[in-house]
This record gives sequence, C-alpha cells and structure tokens, in this order.
Amino acid sequence: MKQAKRKKSIIPGFGMSMGVTVAMLSLLILIPLASVLAYSFRLSGKEFAELLTRPNVVQSFVTSIGCAFVAAVINSIFGVMLAWVLVRYEFPGKRLMDGMIELPFALPTAVAGITLTKMYSDSGVLGRAFEKMGIEIAYTRTGIIIAMIFVGIPFVVRAIQPVLETLSPSYEEAAYMLGASRVNVFWKIIFPEIRPALFTGFGLALARGIGEYGSVIYISGNSEKNGTQVVSYVIMQKLNSGNVDYEGAAAIALVLLIISFSMLFFINIIQHIASRRTNA
Amino acid sequence: MEERSSKIAKWCLIGISVAFFLLMLIVPLFEVLYRALADGLEAYGTALGAKTTLSALKVTLLATVIAVVVNTVFGLIASWLVTKFDFRGKNVLSTLIDIPFSISPVIAGLAYIMTFGRTGWAKPLLDGINEALGTDIALVFSVPAVVLATIFVTFPFISREIIPLLYAQGRDEEEAAAMMGASGFTIFRKITFPHIRWGLLYGVILCAARAFGEFGAVYAVSKARGKTFTLPLEIDALYMAGSADSITQAFAVSSLLVGMALIMLILKNIVEYRGKRDDL
Repeated sequence: MKQAKRKKSIIPGFGMSMGVTVAMLSLLILIPLASVLAYSFRLSGKEFAELLTRPNVVQSFVTSIGCAFVAAVINSIFGVMLAWVLVRYEFPGKRLMDGMIELPFALPTAVAGITLTKMYSDSGVLGRAFEKMGIEIAYTRTGIIIAMIFVGIPFVVRAIQPVLETLSPSYEEAAYMLGASRVNVFWKIIFPEIRPALFTGFGLALARGIGEYGSVIYISGNSEKNGTQVVSYVIMQKLNSGNVDYEGAAAIALVLLIISFSMLFFINIIQHIASRRTNA
Repeated sequence: MEERSSKIAKWCLIGISVAFFLLMLIVPLFEVLYRALADGLEAYGTALGAKTTLSALKVTLLATVIAVVVNTVFGLIASWLVTKFDFRGKNVLSTLIDIPFSISPVIAGLAYIMTFGRTGWAKPLLDGINEALGTDIALVFSVPAVVLATIFVTFPFISREIIPLLYAQGRDEEEAAAMMGASGFTIFRKITFPHIRWGLLYGVILCAARAFGEFGAVYAVSKARGKTFTLPLEIDALYMAGSADSITQAFAVSSLLVGMALIMLILKNIVEYRGKRDDL
C-alpha cells in the first residue's frame, strides 16, 4: 500500500498541477473561509453560546433545517417517481420533461423566489385557490418548503436516473413471474439498488435547502414572529442593517459550515461505499 | 388482468409526474412572462433599456465570463492532478475542492468581507499593494468583489464534470505517450483533451448558468445600484421597491434571465446528446 503511494508517475506535470491547484484553492476558497473561522473566535465562549441560544437564532436553525428536511423528503418521493417515469416509460413530452428537469439549476434563485411568491400569494391564481381552502402558502413555512422543493428536485432525479438506467428489468420480471406483488418488487428489488443514490440526492437537496437564500427570502416573509426567518437571512441581516455585527454573523456561519461539512462528509462516505460495492 | 392493472399504474405514475413537473417547473416560467408583460410591451422595453438594467447586465456578463475562464483553468489542472497522479491527501483535496458546492452562498460573501473588508485581516496587505502600485483596487463592495464571489460559488463546477471522465479513461495512453517522450502539454492536447471535450463544455454551461444567476454571495459584497449590481440584484431592488410598476419591471428583467437560463438548458441538452453520440 505504502509502496503504491510512492510509485512515481511518468506522466509529467505533477509539480505544476499540484502548485496551481493548491494555490488557487487556498487563495480563493480556503483562506477566505478561514477568515470566517478567525472572526468567530473573536467572541468568547460565553458570548458565542449566548448568541447561538438567542430565540431568533435557534428558531432560524429550526426553520432552515426543518423545512429543508421536509422538502428533501418530498423531493425524494417525487424524484424517484420522475426518474422512474423518465427511464422506464414512453409518453408524449418525455424529452421536454427530461431536458427541463434541471431548470432550477439554470434559473436564477431570485427569479424563482419572486415568481413563486407572486404565484402563491393572494395576487396569484394558485394562492387564491389555496386561500379559499384555508391554506396560506406565501409568507409561511409552507412557502419556504415549496421554494426548497423547487431548488432541490433536480438533485434527486439526476442522482437516481443513471442507476435506474443500468438496472436490468429481468430481476423484476423474474419476481413478477414468481408471483411477487408490485409493492414487494419495489421494496425488495428496486429500492435496495437505488438506495445509495437516493441518499446522495437527498443529502445534496437537504444541504442546498439548509443554505438556500435567494429563492426563499421573498416567499418566507422573514418574520421573526411567524418563525419564517432562515439562517442565511439572519446572517445577511447582520451584514446589512445599521448595526453591523460581523462577529455574530461569523459565529452563525461557522455553525452552518460545520453542518455543511458533516453532510459533505456523509455524502462522500455513501458514494465511497456504493462505488466499492459495484466494483467488487 | 395483471396486464391491465400494470397499465393503470403506469399512467397514474406518468400523470402524477407530469402534473408535478408542470406545476413546479413550467407554470412559474409562464408566470414570469405574464407578469413581465402586465403593463404592455412599451413598459417592458423601458424596463429592459433602463440605465441600471444595462449596467447590471454588463457586470453580470463580466463576472460570468471571468468566472468561467478562471474555473476552466482550475478545473483542467485540478482534474489532471487528481486523476493522473497518486499522492497522500488526495481524498482530502477532492473534498476541499467541492466545498463551495454545499455551503450557503451567503457564507461566500461573508468570507470575502471578513478577509478584505474594512476590518478584515488582509485589508492592510491590500492597502500596501495599492500604495506600492498606485492603484485603488477594492475587494469588497466593488466589481472585483462581485467577480470573486461569483468565482467562489462556481469553483468546483468544471472539475466535477471532468474528474469522472478522466478516471474512466485511465492513464495508459498518457503513460505510453510520456514514455515516448511527448511533453506534458502535447499529451494533454492530443490525448487527454479529446476525451473530455464534451464534459468540459458541459461544465462550462453549468458554471455560466450558475454564475449569471448567483444572488446570495453577490448580494453580500455589492451595494451600489447602477455600478456593482448584477441582474439578480437589480431584480431584488426593483421587487423590494414594492410599487406595482417596479414589480412589473422586476419581472421584465427576470424574463431576460429566464431567456438566458433556457438558452443554457438547450445548449446543455445539445452537448449531452453530442457527447453521447461521440461515445458510441
């Protein structure tokens, strides 16, 4: 193992590519991020704890994580369904649907944000229809969840599609022939195959939702009373308003960073396990 | 009997998927157009021709082009490093490159403020450089800051697309060429590049789409409307002004970004299709 690591490659350019990669990564990403860390350490442990346990900060974490979780669960259900339909069935408009799934990646979040707000507020057709049923969407947590569903859906579909494409239908057919029910075939044969990809898609959608800013801040209404402030909004507020609070912003950002890193780590582990299983 | 229930299940799944797709992705697009044209074509033209809109368009395009160029250079070099050589800490390096993908864009803006801002640790350094060169470069609340923030959020987009392709290709061809004495650049140009052509283009498209739509990161480091605002920020300013006219203008500017997003999606699908065809 050790020897393999030391084996020198005969392909040229190791020093140059290592130098450029590390230099760019450090200058553009790591050093600025380290500044956030350094800034948050200006607070004493007590101040740090006091800041993070303030009701509005705690509530923003509950809102961001809770809404992102619900949105990621809904996206997992619809994501599997959309991927399945796109891989297994033929129907008119299928190619358009396949091509447009990534719209949320390409559409600027601010555009998505103001559009969804207007659609689901009382000036929009959908908003009025839901209001008649007694459901308010804009300026509530439901609205935040809808915005997060919008930005997160392509992550799940694109994670699962390639797995379904390589999954041969012959196992399902065999199971059907042996008399298995459709529900059984899904849970016993298909689901185990797509599970790692589903976790990856779920994790990416969740991470995106927790940090989301542009698409959420319009439809949320950002009210402390209604609990519709997301974490990104609370950080931004500390940069914007008359009373700038960089240390506070850095401390909250640090917690958000730790959450993101653990999720990134978790996703990488799942991908690692999955790739080992398929290579074996 | 079984056949028929299978058909029902199929069309139920297609029906639900199409309904979800239309409601979540397609209706919002029409909503943008409908609201953009609410005050007629003339008002639409005035909104697009406004000085602040044109300035924002210029900043947006500048930031997008620079981000794509920088991230292409980085992406090519980093993926060469990661796939052609073995070294200690490779997994850590790959994970670090992916950081911007999973953290809140608001943190990206915050990180630059805390590095180069009024109270940032690198501010004296930057002042020293400016004094020595007689320049007046500011790396927060300026166009360079917008460019940096855009580079940050799109940093891993291109390397992410190329790395899997190069892993799949392996190293044998490059090693053979190196053994016959080809230089690093020749090996890259003649052997590696043809394999990653479509992947690179795909990454460029995703990178550009994200770059011109970025909101949270840019919002933190850009405060001067008409000077350092990008199109998403201009949309925010118009929407937040709150009058019926300005909201219509916000949607008019949004329609421009919807157009750009759709062009990116079409290009992406063409590249995907061509790439698949070349593989066969």
